Amino acid sequence: MTDHELNCEDVLRQLLDYLDGEMDSEGSAQIEHHLEHCRGCFSRAEFERRLKARIGETGTEEAPESLRARLKSLLNRF
Amino acid sequence: MSCQPVPTGRARTTRMRAVPACLEEPVPEDASRRRLFAAEVERLTDRLFGTALRLTRHRADAEDLVAESVAKAWARLDELRDMQCFEAWIQRILGNTFVSQWRRRRAHPEVALEAEDADGEGETFSLFEQLHQPFLLWWSNPEEMLVNKLLREDLERALDGLPDGFRIVVVMVEVQGYSYAEAAELLQVPVGTVRSRLNRARGLLQRALWRQAREAGLAPEHGRNAGD
Repeated sequence: MTDHELNCEDVLRQLLDYLDGEMDSEGSAQIEHHLEHCRGCFSRAEFERRLKARIGETGTEEAPESLRARLKSLLNRF
Repeated sequence: MSCQPVPTGRARTTRMRAVPACLEEPVPEDASRRRLFAAEVERLTDRLFGTALRLTRHRADAEDLVAESVAKAWARLDELRDMQCFEAWIQRILGNTFVSQWRRRRAHPEVALEAEDADGEGETFSLFEQLHQPFLLWWSNPEEMLVNKLLREDLERALDGLPDGFRIVVVMVEVQGYSYAEAAELLQVPVGTVRSRLNRARGLLQRALWRQAREAGLAPEHGRNAGD
């Protein structure tokens, strides 16, 4: 369990570091403990998590045939 | 995901190492090596192209970036120790290749980045807070509705509209899965700079999304001045 309780301001300040996986295990546990008990911060965390996921999805795009053909030609030369 | 980092006491459960130390699926030394490499490239082509497109913003440039990265990856295949980590590894090569090209194209990249850093617009903007004005709380889950109704095109337009120095950090962290330290090393800036650029970029991104949502009628007009 955590050494001390974080308040909402502490959690919101560190929330993106937490969602980006930038916090150590103790810091993450403190954030998670707060999120389990605070509906407002939980909603905020879920919103930011979902938005991050939607942004991450933009990193996949159907490649054009021209690129597929180019890669095939490249791979045949290896 | 089997490309977990070697435990260091840090809770980096979603990160992948650039050159992982794990040895779960060694890269073969025989003739199947090329076949395996080709299969992985084919499997990941849409991911590589999408990432390259977000970085370059131009389809032809993105194609060039993917092709150059694949050629480099083949030449450096000996560096890869675990085929399970192929995606993380080739994404790092693509990121490195893009940053090298990007630096070459700009005579004074540091000047451009500093100028962007001086502009604090969007730093504190929060879509969530815009959606949680007291008189909007009759909506059941306004934030969930907005995130679900945003079109992919809305997200791409907002991302592509960010200045280079901000967009690159967002793509590296949110699309490619770089840690702040990895992004800092590649961009040759302190970790604190990556964090502050990321915060500003997210503010700008959310401000642009708010503006687009209002234009599309997905969000109320109450905060007319907030996103202008």
